[in-house]
Amino acid sequence: MPEKFDVIVVGAGPAGTSCALVCAQKGLNVLLIERGEYPGSKNVMGGVLYRKQMEELIPEFWKEAPLERPVIEQRFWMMDKESVVQFGYKGLEWGVEPYNNFTVLRAQFDQWFAKKAVEAGALLINETVVTECIVENGKVVGIRTDRPNGEVYADVVVLADGVNSLLSKQLGFHKEFRPDEVALTVMEVINLPKEKINDRFNLEDNQGCTIEIFGDSTKGNLGTAFLYTNKDSLNIGVGTTLSSMIKAKLKPYDLLDYLKTHPMVKPMLAGGESAEYLAHLIPEGGYRSVPKVAGNGVVVVGDAAQLVNAIHREGSNMAMHSGLLAAETVIEAKYRGDFSESSLNLYRQKLYDSFIIKDLEKYKDATHTFENNPQYFKEYVPMMNKAMSKFFTVDGTPKRDKQKEIMKSVTSERGTIKVIQDIYRAWKAVK
Amino acid sequence: MSTKNIEEKQYLLRFKADTKSHLTVMDDDICATKCPDKICTIFCPAEVYKWEGLRMQVGYEGCHECGSCRIGCPYQNIKWEYPKGGHGIVFRLA
Repeated sequence: MPEKFDVIVVGAGPAGTSCALVCAQKGLNVLLIERGEYPGSKNVMGGVLYRKQMEELIPEFWKEAPLERPVIEQRFWMMDKESVVQFGYKGLEWGVEPYNNFTVLRAQFDQWFAKKAVEAGALLINETVVTECIVENGKVVGIRTDRPNGEVYADVVVLADGVNSLLSKQLGFHKEFRPDEVALTVMEVINLPKEKINDRFNLEDNQGCTIEIFGDSTKGNLGTAFLYTNKDSLNIGVGTTLSSMIKAKLKPYDLLDYLKTHPMVKPMLAGGESAEYLAHLIPEGGYRSVPKVAGNGVVVVGDAAQLVNAIHREGSNMAMHSGLLAAETVIEAKYRGDFSESSLNLYRQKLYDSFIIKDLEKYKDATHTFENNPQYFKEYVPMMNKAMSKFFTVDGTPKRDKQKEIMKSVTSERGTIKVIQDIYRAWKAVK
Repeated sequence: MSTKNIEEKQYLLRFKADTKSHLTVMDDDICATKCPDKICTIFCPAEVYKWEGLRMQVGYEGCHECGSCRIGCPYQNIKWEYPKGGHGIVFRLA
């Protein structure tokens, strides 16, 4: 092992592995450090991997990566206690090359992806915790690990240490996160025979479906649930902001069981066998929670930089793209021989010019708006359900009268002015 | 399908427990006197924290290492580290 590397990447998730892969492909000496037994053993995701950002790293990856199903249908449910309003899109163009996104099981996918970085020349060391960055004269020059004599040096340290990013907190890049900046999410992988999945979700063998569930799935709290199809298992999960979980005094696993036994969900899981239970935090603070991402000798990528678009359930793609942008920056910095903050700020600039920060900026008020206005999940979802029920129940009432009744019941529950305010506020938060 | 209570859910998992806890409640008195809800005993997804009347029992062996307790403790009373390299939870699927 050389005494000093060009780059040390902390964390072999999508962000870190992407960065390590690209740096190694350009001939840099890369050390990729993972605290788990293997890459993926500490990593959790609902399960959607987007093609576009992955393809930029490994062209036609779908021909060899361990993927579950290409998603050809995305459904959205506004769920009440005994009913659901549904919409969605199903398109066969998503089922053929180049695809749109795939369901994946991360423990398998991350191992495969890290192997690609190793094949490109990166050195992967598992079972090693990085306890701190070594800082000399205001510059990060290496890392200290929990191994004996575990100090390693590099020109640049890339922090891809996930949502908790203790390392960027140590460097003072961000303060401790607030409970409303993170979502606590729990999920189960449920084994179910392929034929049952295909029948229940109206799919062929190599077609997948995702369902995002709002409303009663979180008992009206700010959050969502999801149900995704793998080859011969389902991923079902639910999460709310940690602050909502605390306020409502919810046990996350009770909420998961509430979802699993909900009359709209239960038949889809019937006969399934739980195979794994997983909990994880999702950084959902958005634009305003993004920390400092570049310093002297250090950059921050992926969840560690809080790069998640909760509204569109995008995260792994942002992680990968940020890893790529960090790698490009490191390669250029190496060429210039300058790893100072002003040199590495190129990464920040690339990040802010990309879809990542542009999308986070678009929704910068969304979490805050929905957190402070619980009526969207608690009141409007049931109202929508009642309205649909009323409108489609044939009882001899003329349709115009039904429309009037529906409008009247909405405005009488919330008040006309409040309804207008609510619509304006929601539009502003997502426009 | 049957739901599984939290003990049964935890049985689905593989843990490689360290001999030493990576989670430390720094001052049990704060839990006893200032924190009537003992909210960590409710929101922890692995039921790691159990109040025993005078002190908090910390079942770190079953921790998912999510970080919620560190962020959610109203008194920042939990010291939270990663388990030693290669230890702690080992997810096999998702």
